[in-house]
Amino acid sequence: MSVLDLRGLTIGLPRGAERSNAVTGVSLTVEKAEIVCLVGESGSGKSVIAQSVMGLLPKSLPVTAGSISLQEEDLTRAPEARLRQLRTTRMSMIFQEPMTALNPVMRCGDQIDEVLRFHTQESPPQRKKRILNILQEVSLQDPERMMASYPHQLSGGQRQRIMIAMALVLDPALLIADEPTTALDVTTQSQILKLILELQKRHGTGVLFITHDFGVVAEIAHRVAVLRLGELVELGPREEVLRRPRHEYTRMLIASVPALKPSGRESRSDARIVLETRKLSKTYSTRRWLGARRDVHAAADVDLELRRGQTLGIVGESGSGKSTVARCIVRLVDPSAGEIRLDGEDIAHLRAGALRGMRRKVQIVFQDPYRSLNPRRTVREAITEGPRNYGVPAAEALERAKKLLELVRMDASALGRYPHQFSGGQRQRICIARALAMEPEVLIADEAVSALDVSVQAQVLALLEEIRARLDLAMLFITHDLRVAAQVCDHVAVMQRGRVVEYGEAGQVFLRPRHEYTRALFEAAPGRGFAFGTT
Amino acid sequence: MLLGNWSVRIGGGALVLLLVIALAAPWLGTVDPTLFDAASRDLRPGEVGEITNLDGETMKHVFLMGSDSLGRDVYSRVMYGTRVSLLVGLLCALLALSIGIVCGLAAGYLRWLDGTLMRFMDGVMAIPAILVAITLVAILRGSLATVIMAIAIPEIPRVTRLVRSLVLSIREEPYVEAAVALGTPAWKIMLGHILPNCIAPLVVQGTYIVAFSILVEAILSFLGVGLPPDIPTWGNVMSEGRAQFNDYPHNIFFPGVFLAVTVLSVNILGDGLRDTLDPKMAKRV
Repeated sequence: MSVLDLRGLTIGLPRGAERSNAVTGVSLTVEKAEIVCLVGESGSGKSVIAQSVMGLLPKSLPVTAGSISLQEEDLTRAPEARLRQLRTTRMSMIFQEPMTALNPVMRCGDQIDEVLRFHTQESPPQRKKRILNILQEVSLQDPERMMASYPHQLSGGQRQRIMIAMALVLDPALLIADEPTTALDVTTQSQILKLILELQKRHGTGVLFITHDFGVVAEIAHRVAVLRLGELVELGPREEVLRRPRHEYTRMLIASVPALKPSGRESRSDARIVLETRKLSKTYSTRRWLGARRDVHAAADVDLELRRGQTLGIVGESGSGKSTVARCIVRLVDPSAGEIRLDGEDIAHLRAGALRGMRRKVQIVFQDPYRSLNPRRTVREAITEGPRNYGVPAAEALERAKKLLELVRMDASALGRYPHQFSGGQRQRICIARALAMEPEVLIADEAVSALDVSVQAQVLALLEEIRARLDLAMLFITHDLRVAAQVCDHVAVMQRGRVVEYGEAGQVFLRPRHEYTRALFEAAPGRGFAFGTT
Repeated sequence: MLLGNWSVRIGGGALVLLLVIALAAPWLGTVDPTLFDAASRDLRPGEVGEITNLDGETMKHVFLMGSDSLGRDVYSRVMYGTRVSLLVGLLCALLALSIGIVCGLAAGYLRWLDGTLMRFMDGVMAIPAILVAITLVAILRGSLATVIMAIAIPEIPRVTRLVRSLVLSIREEPYVEAAVALGTPAWKIMLGHILPNCIAPLVVQGTYIVAFSILVEAILSFLGVGLPPDIPTWGNVMSEGRAQFNDYPHNIFFPGVFLAVTVLSVNILGDGLRDTLDPKMAKRV
């Protein structure tokens, strides 16, 4: 008996959507003690499947055909009251963002207790014992304190453990995990993955694990289901799908995953130094009323050196200060101390007027393609804004915009359109064109490919690489993703808590890491046992 | 896209109708709303009476909504009153929005001004709107300009707060940071990047100010501290009919219905605009 059995599941979309069904004829099973990974790019319908099983679909997305059976009970026909009984007792779900999935004004213990109060007749002491047990089982230190804590007092990893505890407290047969580690740092991610593996083995839980990350798939899946535009294109055991993908789409996806080995390309070490930081620091101070000053060192004594035609990667987890360094260099925030030498001139403390001339030389591309472009401005206005600020005549700026669109492989017809008419990858290309319109010497990519699907990410990475080579740009590449860093960087700086802990040539850092934190990062990288990017 | 929303259709449609009434008031079978005739006092709706025009000639007139205690035609006064109400609503909203936008942009973008300006706005907000209006009108005498100013001033802090909060969130958007990196001067960022993205919530807020202003104007007139009694406004008509409400309710009923319909349709339009312009606040399907 399968824990979960989807047969010909079809879920409709509202009229006017880009396709007629969100999910079309998907059949798949999850057996006892099995982890099935559902992989797909954004818009593939993987989260819709999860919601349909939990009975959480909005009315605009009806199940139009097929069946969903949980331990041989058809859920598509179950009334809401029955679904409510089944949730957390027989099926549970954990989400991507543990901060928003937990109620911020309720203690974590009470939130787990709520589940027990609703589904069991146990007395308060019995319930408390059970909560403490499950908190211990998800390896949370000091369970008593965890019970009494509010979600904001915990770290992302701890919050996700609370979510897992809540999901598994009644020992359900099925656990649906919807990108549960995507919002977490790589070291935390690896711990959470280990925890999920361990728990499902011990309890014999069937897990439907939704992810976009093939590294994670390689790490935990027993079987893999690949979804494309709502259709199941491939389903098979992990080794089979990852090593010998049958469907062309799966092959393309797997080939798009960057290898964890440095590209090993020759970098010129004799080129002119364009950008140099010396003891660059940014300290945020908060002073309470009459209280002591609290200093947070977002970046401390950062020394970097970037030559023409080179790509320097800054790698680190969230809060490591890598974005702070980038924002200091662009002077979006004012550094507290240190020097930023651009072409030999220190711009760290220039005032607005003097800074204006220097701004042209450093341009930045941000992470979120949906918020990086003003929704009320056409592509033409976006790309020509910078040159126009520096007195380039309108006709010339337009000419330049057309050339740049060609460079980023977009049609010139894009000029008259608005950002919402483009996909994430296209928008990121527009942002790159906008930055290049200034003819900068340094291009900073601040997690510029992190929000993109893996196939789009590969294209944008290739584009950035081509642009760097063709324009002989110096590129500062900020990322949390070691694979991406390995693919594009000549030099790598690893940051932790505001400091650069390791800095050197990519080959050196990737193949012979010296600092223990760097080694920990590599060990945590999901799917490092698989040689991706070589097929 | 806007016209696909039923609230926009209904609210907007009703307002267009009211606007037509206001503009076409002279041709809708009305007489000069200031004319009166002693022989036609306190007529009930639909009765036929006489009315004397400015040349001293008397003529027959059907009093569709009856007449008041001076023998004026309530129908004509209500139709002409539409002009005053819509004008007051619109001008108050424009005045409050324009001053509020300037103050809000300044408070949101210039950090050093923020504290002082917002505490001042808090101070203005602490005084009840009607009280401010009554005081101003009492000091400056009732005229259209005074009444508009009196109604608009208490609305300014609300608009300022809204704009300030929008500016504070929009200035953190990556596209604004990108503009800074592109060397765009601060004033251009404010007018070119931040303000256009505030428009949708401001339009919505504007409709609520329109509705509220129309209501406050009627209240002020009703209290006798609004526009002079000879100017036909709904509030004035109701105010004059107050003493005889038990015997002749039509003096209050008809302008009251118009007032209610106007405020309701502006509010419905505002809700519709909010749902279409600001999808984040819209109800989920």
